[in-house]
Amino acid sequence: MTDLTFSAAAERRRERIRASLARRHLFERLFRGLGLVAILIGLALVASLFWMVIAKGYPAFTQAKLSTVAYFDPEIIDVGPPPERQAGQSQAGFRAESLAWQRRVTTANWNLIVEEAVRAAAPSGFEIDRRAALALVDGGERHRLRDLFVADPGLLGQRVPIELLASADVDNWLKGTIDRDLPDERQQLSAATRRLADELLAGGAIDFKFAWHIFTNVDSRSAPASAGLAGALVGSLYMMVIVVLLAVPIGVASAIYLEEFAPKNRLTDLIEVNINNLAAVPSIVFGLFGAAVFIKYSGLPISAPIVGGLVLTLMTLPTIIIATRSSLRAVPPSLRQAALGLGASRTQMVFHHVLPITLPGILTATIIGVAQALGETAPLLLIGMNAFVAAIPATPFDQSSALPSQIYLWQGNENRNFFEARTSAAIMVLLALMITMNAIAVLLRQKLERRS
Amino acid sequence: MISFFRTAFPAAAEPVTAPLKMASYETVRTLDPKARPARLSARNVSVFYGDKLAIDSISIDIPERSVSALIGPSGCGKSTFLRCLNRMNDTIEGARVIGEITLDGENLYHPGLDVVELRARIGMVFQKPNPFPKSIFENVAYGPKIHGLARHKGELEEIVVTSLERAGLFEEVKDRLHAPATGLSGGQQQRLCIARAIAVGPEVILMDEPCSALDPIATSIIEELIHELRENYTIVIVTHSMQQAARVSQKVAFFHLGRLIEEGPTERIFTNPRDQRTQDYITGRIG
Repeated sequence: MTDLTFSAAAERRRERIRASLARRHLFERLFRGLGLVAILIGLALVASLFWMVIAKGYPAFTQAKLSTVAYFDPEIIDVGPPPERQAGQSQAGFRAESLAWQRRVTTANWNLIVEEAVRAAAPSGFEIDRRAALALVDGGERHRLRDLFVADPGLLGQRVPIELLASADVDNWLKGTIDRDLPDERQQLSAATRRLADELLAGGAIDFKFAWHIFTNVDSRSAPASAGLAGALVGSLYMMVIVVLLAVPIGVASAIYLEEFAPKNRLTDLIEVNINNLAAVPSIVFGLFGAAVFIKYSGLPISAPIVGGLVLTLMTLPTIIIATRSSLRAVPPSLRQAALGLGASRTQMVFHHVLPITLPGILTATIIGVAQALGETAPLLLIGMNAFVAAIPATPFDQSSALPSQIYLWQGNENRNFFEARTSAAIMVLLALMITMNAIAVLLRQKLERRS
Repeated sequence: MISFFRTAFPAAAEPVTAPLKMASYETVRTLDPKARPARLSARNVSVFYGDKLAIDSISIDIPERSVSALIGPSGCGKSTFLRCLNRMNDTIEGARVIGEITLDGENLYHPGLDVVELRARIGMVFQKPNPFPKSIFENVAYGPKIHGLARHKGELEEIVVTSLERAGLFEEVKDRLHAPATGLSGGQQQRLCIARAIAVGPEVILMDEPCSALDPIATSIIEELIHELRENYTIVIVTHSMQQAARVSQKVAFFHLGRLIEEGPTERIFTNPRDQRTQDYITGRIG
């Protein structure tokens, strides 16, 4: 009897457990499914972002180039040999004479040389007018020919094989980014130039080659086909160096002090709250701050990487401090006790034991913070780094562009953006830099963790 | 204050008159005529964690070159008291120590005293083996290095080898001194921690349940080691195991609810406990 009631009770209990089990399993499956869906959506979005940027941007990495022969015609470049320094001639005198020679070189009709070079590439019997020939080649190429000649005056009278960059319009036309069915009056290029370009491409004189100059040239408006990212890359590099040199030591030292040495009281609580608040301050506010303090008050130059670097340092500090503190907090207390119990001072404990094992975490935090700073745009707009600067800055105090603000600049120009896809190409360069930095962070972390 | 004590210790029947100056309760003490003289002694030591009283007016003498065991149920304050002896409580936020602990007549809580020097004189071994994530050699060499005990490399190596030998670990690790310490077994790691503590040349070694994370074989090796170390060091050990206290110690102090209930020679405590609570604990009725 009691046995029976006992087994009946057990049966009921199992019944209930089974009923609740079904519910629990259902919830678990639901939750897992939701997680999977969330991840898939995220992946799909990232993939479509990359696909859009890469699909749009990759054609910009090749550009139409005309392989031809440039004839440095002595009849056109009518300058004679460059001056040589005579015995007894003063330095100033020789300099004046050299400059006069260079002026004469500049006044030569280099357009004519370009024109002849285009004619040399065209199939024989093909009628080429002057305008069509000049419209075919990028406006910067005549300066390149001139610079070649100034560097080596021995070229006079010689025929030199050379690759001339096609103009941006021709490049667009040949890549098919311009609708070929548009009527003449709505086309950028004259019918003659379009025919010439097609002819040269078909004949093999024009070919699409990798556009190294995107990395070596600075931005240009007069010669858009030759515009590049070199100035922006160097500007961004300067800013990164400034951020690393300032934000990392200051951030790591503050984090160590706050976490390991500072007494826990109202003042440190206040500091902690404010650091967290700083991390949440919109970046554009940092830009305003930089404009007011660094440019107006301290008198640092406008549009200069030094100011950009300082502003980005301020922005990166909270990130580095917070991440470093959390990795310090993750160090097991037993390790600290072991060091203190042996009679290590607090500083010795931190530098001998705590820091070495938090190093991977600190490094990752730093690289992620710096990568964030690399992509930050809004504050740069407020300190003038969105200005058009066609030069590579020699020092961080020179005016310069930066990668994100270069993207912003190109985005605002319909030719750079919609037809040449230069914006997308610049985005690809920026993304590649960031992915590289994050990959370095991951690799360093793995390496350091394996060692300890 | 009085009402606070009443709530914290409802069992206390007599009114508390001077809670911080003198114990509000009576500790049963038996003096051991054979005991060595005490160099380390505590007088009326109380510890507060914030407002909470963790241990209440502990007074005890620790005889030199022998093993004193602190026993008692969980939360009785024996580990807290042990940490007072080398001021490890300083590292705990909100901990406050009242009373006096002297080593050779010198107050450990004197404001001018350097804790770094103190911890070189009073070493500690923790509950869980906590070797540094470095090589075996570096673990033992660390203490002598920071205290400047070795003038050259040869001397440092000698200290490391001697310490490992004393901790009974040298034979097992002599071929891999530069291998990571984290690759050792739990028992070996704990002996390494003992070697690390010995390497500094302390006078007193505090052990906070050194065997609680170890298996019986490793435990017996460590107990053997404690037995040998007694020749040269004053050892204070906190343990949950009555058998261990009986095996390794010469003196036992029984803590209960933050108070020192009874102290005396090990044999006397285990064969003839005078306080009911001591008897209940060692017979397994409370704990």
